[in-house]
Amino acid sequence: MATTTVSLQRTARFYDSTIGKKAVMAITGLMLFGFVLIHLLGNLQLFLPLDASGRYPIDIYAEKLQHLGGLLWIARGILLGAVILHIWSSISLARTQMKARPTGYSKKDNAHSSYASRTMWISGPIIACFLIYHLLHFTGGQVHPDFQPGNVYHNVVRGFQQWPAALFYIVGMLLLGGHLEHGFWSLFQSLGVSHPRYTPILKMGAKAFATLIVVGNISMPVSVLLGIVK
Amino acid sequence: MQLTLHIWRQKSAGARGKMATYQVDANEHMSFLEMLDVLNEQLISSGQDPVAFDHDCREGICGSCGFMINGIAHGPQRGTTVCQLHMRHFKAGDELWLEPWRASAFPVVKDLVVNRSAFDRIIQAGGFITAPTGNAVDGNTIPVAKKYADRSMDAAACIGCGACVAACPNASASLFTGAKISHLGLLPQGQPERMERALNMVGQTQEEGFGNCGNIGECEAVCPKSIRLEVIAGMNLDYLKASVVWRPAGEESGAG
Ligand code: HEM
Ligand code: FES
Repeated sequence: MATTTVSLQRTARFYDSTIGKKAVMAITGLMLFGFVLIHLLGNLQLFLPLDASGRYPIDIYAEKLQHLGGLLWIARGILLGAVILHIWSSISLARTQMKARPTGYSKKDNAHSSYASRTMWISGPIIACFLIYHLLHFTGGQVHPDFQPGNVYHNVVRGFQQWPAALFYIVGMLLLGGHLEHGFWSLFQSLGVSHPRYTPILKMGAKAFATLIVVGNISMPVSVLLGIVK
Repeated sequence: MQLTLHIWRQKSAGARGKMATYQVDANEHMSFLEMLDVLNEQLISSGQDPVAFDHDCREGICGSCGFMINGIAHGPQRGTTVCQLHMRHFKAGDELWLEPWRASAFPVVKDLVVNRSAFDRIIQAGGFITAPTGNAVDGNTIPVAKKYADRSMDAAACIGCGACVAACPNASASLFTGAKISHLGLLPQGQPERMERALNMVGQTQEEGFGNCGNIGECEAVCPKSIRLEVIAGMNLDYLKASVVWRPAGEESGAG
């Protein structure tokens, strides 16, 4: 009996450790990744023309998502849980770090690491602000100039015609790109996967993936600003 | 060659420190520490307190020496301790900033000397194997595959100098602890305590107040023994296994 409690405690203490928290960040990060990819593929339907019934494919897609009902709410719940765990862990790690070096260097050279890796603490929280804005913009419509529930095509085009909004999306996506460029290979390292042959490939894959997400997402506000999509 | 040095001067652990500026005339064949010896001669002969810095072997193997030179742990030459860094890598007129390792787990003792006992306590927590006493066993009694012997040796090259902590933006000791865990974990002799080692050494590292790893890679770049980030992944994997799936002895069965 006693040993069982000890081992249960060991598993529970796992999250107390920084390695445990990083593993949680890696797994939730991976889930968010999956979301970001699917989200992009769905949204690129913005570029499809009106179909035979005179409706935009992206509006039909949005309607289908709404009809998932309970399933949609389960997916939203899981994503929200992942975001909360990801942010919660990052805050708690940040506290450890601040205590670990109370006095900084008067001179410090960071020439050997990537910019993205050193700015996870900046890109992360800005992405969080972006996420809230994004939900109030296209999901709830509270900060949208002319929100019409269900009329996704209209909402996106009208939303991005306001250049400050479009600009915020572009900046947000560039930061997400940096977050992904480091995060996508870092998460493997955090979960204990590293190999001299595959890790460099993984790093290149991370760059390609981040570029795909950034370019794909930015293409939408840019096309609206340029009047290609109207 | 004439150099301007800005050096962190701090009388004792509790005292407030500050940067002080000195001029020194070095020659390119000196090691960095010999250049500091010259400076200290000057300081002593003019009645000032010499600059304290840690050193012992001066041949790059003991891990005693180390401080920041222009923001880089052990200075600009890769894979080298400051004792093995030579003045030919600098040029006349250079201005150099020397600072001690900065981490709450490495309190400054004096000037450029920090207390690295935290590393000793991490080793005590699990950096050992259980071996029978008595006569030494014959060589090759326990066969070790070359690929593991090589990787273990690479990790064992860690001299515990603390540069990884100093360079890390998070003041993490993951490269050190990862090297120690990988060094023993890759050998058959290290298997019996492997899981406990991961739990105990990682636990101690955290208790000492080091930060977490962000896979940033500054440590790998400054490590005088070129230990690779791979050892951190190895540590993470052992720790994950030990926390989630490992069953300690006595937990294997319900009987006796
Ligand atoms: C919502 C706001 C977000 C915040 C505040 C945030 C914060 C952070 C921080 C601070 C780190 C670095 C942790 C460390 O190295 O110690 C990190 C890592 C990471 N983030 Fe985020 N992030 C956010 C959103 C996202 C999103 C949307 C994704 C995916 C699309 C993501 C994926 C990742 C991944 C994969 C890692 C690497 C985990 C690892 O190294 O194990 N994050 N995040
Ligand atoms: S003095 Fe021994 S490693 Fe530099």
